[in-house]
Amino acid sequence: MDLLTFLQQVINGISVGSMYALIAIGYTMVYGVLRLINFAHGEIMMVGAFVGYTMLAVFETSLLTASFVAVLVSVATGVLTDKIAYKPLRQAPRISLLITAIGISFFLQNSINVFFGGTAKSFPIPEFFDRLINIGGVIFTPTVIIVPIITMILLMILLYVLYKTKYGMAIRALAFDIKTVSLMGVDANKIIMLVFIIGSSLAAVGGIFWALSYPILTPYMGIMIGLKAFAAAVLGGIGSVGGAVLGGFILGFTEVMFVAFYPELGGYRDAIAFVFLILVLLVKPTGIMGINFEKSRF
Amino acid sequence: MGKINIKFIVFIAFAVLLLVLAQNSLDDYSIRILNNIAIFIILAASYNLINGVTGQFSLEPNGFVAIGAYVTALALLSEDMKWELFQLEDPSPMILALNLGLVPALLLAGIVSALVALTLAFPVFRVRGDYLAIVTLGFGFIIKVFAINSPEFTNGAIGLNEIPSVSNLYWTGGIAIATVVIMLNIVYSKYGRAMKAVRDDEDAASAIGINTMKIKTYAFTTSAFFEGIGGGLLAILLTTISPDLFQFFLTFQLLIIIVLGGLGSMTGAILGTILVIGGTEWLRFLDGHMNIFGYDLGAHPGLRMVVFSIILIVVMLFAREGIFGKKELSDLNWFKKLFGKKDIK
Repeated sequence: MDLLTFLQQVINGISVGSMYALIAIGYTMVYGVLRLINFAHGEIMMVGAFVGYTMLAVFETSLLTASFVAVLVSVATGVLTDKIAYKPLRQAPRISLLITAIGISFFLQNSINVFFGGTAKSFPIPEFFDRLINIGGVIFTPTVIIVPIITMILLMILLYVLYKTKYGMAIRALAFDIKTVSLMGVDANKIIMLVFIIGSSLAAVGGIFWALSYPILTPYMGIMIGLKAFAAAVLGGIGSVGGAVLGGFILGFTEVMFVAFYPELGGYRDAIAFVFLILVLLVKPTGIMGINFEKSRF
Repeated sequence: MGKINIKFIVFIAFAVLLLVLAQNSLDDYSIRILNNIAIFIILAASYNLINGVTGQFSLEPNGFVAIGAYVTALALLSEDMKWELFQLEDPSPMILALNLGLVPALLLAGIVSALVALTLAFPVFRVRGDYLAIVTLGFGFIIKVFAINSPEFTNGAIGLNEIPSVSNLYWTGGIAIATVVIMLNIVYSKYGRAMKAVRDDEDAASAIGINTMKIKTYAFTTSAFFEGIGGGLLAILLTTISPDLFQFFLTFQLLIIIVLGGLGSMTGAILGTILVIGGTEWLRFLDGHMNIFGYDLGAHPGLRMVVFSIILIVVMLFAREGIFGKKELSDLNWFKKLFGKKDIK
């Protein structure tokens, strides 16, 4: 492989990694406060992508408006999921929560399937993104440049909220010990809602980015992407936002490089995240930057 | 222990009698549904062992059913048939050499599934159960990726067809009864009590000396073994298998079955299977054209799945115990009154 192709793949890897990172943040934050693997998170991303598709293809709005509406609908879906399916089960055994999470995920997939029909939808890419840029022989689409930039901006905002505001402090405290923090006058349900708002809006942005990069949408796309993003969150250390971002970038980068170096094994691309997951569990279950939830229970 | 339970034998004899009656008096369609129910009883009972009895949320069945189905199909197909079927690549010599009868084929399916489960259990159970769900969910996809990308073993995306239909209702029904009996024996054994202890409080269980990792691995491997056998029977019933057949929907159906019947109750799993598989046939109208008060609503394929997911969520929110809760049929009061409780343990 020559240097130019390699550079091209590096750019692609960063772009794919940013999308995983955006989605992984939702997993890691919800796991942090509720200790729940939010299976419906991948579907919230899928809902975002489909709403974006509807706005662009049916209402013919600009991409910015479409993204805005997608974020709104995804946030509503995420918050409603929490209110309907998770909140009544806060005191229940964890297996009940996981089952409703799977139920919600299946419900969203099939509702979208019934609503939009079974065929895959092709996402109408705006003209601005639908061209190739050639800089010194390295060819790429504007998407792969814009995705990491917007991701970085969103991450900065998130880190500011988490570490510089009162609400961010409440989220971090809740992740540490939900019972004690509730006793100290923090409205846990309100903060959990905030976590779902943050996670869902980032997932919606991730969904739009995904649709721009891989413009074939199916109602079942959320399972695989969500699974990989979760693997990224575990790789980085579940519960840690920085870890989720790092894990997302490592996973995206590895995937792109694997396909670039071993094109004949390209069909196994989807297995990489899974191998990562198993390896992390074997070697260091807390992940790269992880917090040890096992011990904090005692 | 040691005392032979008369009522238990009576129930088994009754079940076998029903099988014989069904095989001789019903039409093909009903027998097919009964076959389906019997296979799903095997799957649901074994899925219940890890999910309900041990309380570890796992989403594995579609993966192990796929393994079982492929192993059984490859073992039953003759060498000539394999040469004929494998179009993408020549079958590997290992696959060609594999040629077994029904019982060894099913046993092999179970053993392969159990071995895969054992290797998965080792990394997963090093941490607390949560990861099991996501690893097993991913596992189903990996099996599919592997089945599509290794045509020398699985004939790729085309799949296998013309699997000899060597089984009948006696086999599926008989194995279903045997599975339930074995599962009940496990549940009431010292291992079963340890599993329930892990479910109810893992810290306390490990404090009183239960090796929780061993117990969880034991439950997971056992359920994988029976799911492999169930998968083999499914392949024989369908006679055609492909990587797309073993979607997550299969797992989802089983999850509804055991949640509806009551997580942790084996008799609940049987009742749940009959309700859900019967209901699936009944709810077929949802996927077709619908006419409500003269308005043609059009066909909405997939509506059935929406209804199923709503049922699951509603049961989980409002009737978390399901129909039987954690109890068996023989623990219920009306049943005790009806049949006397002396020798039902």
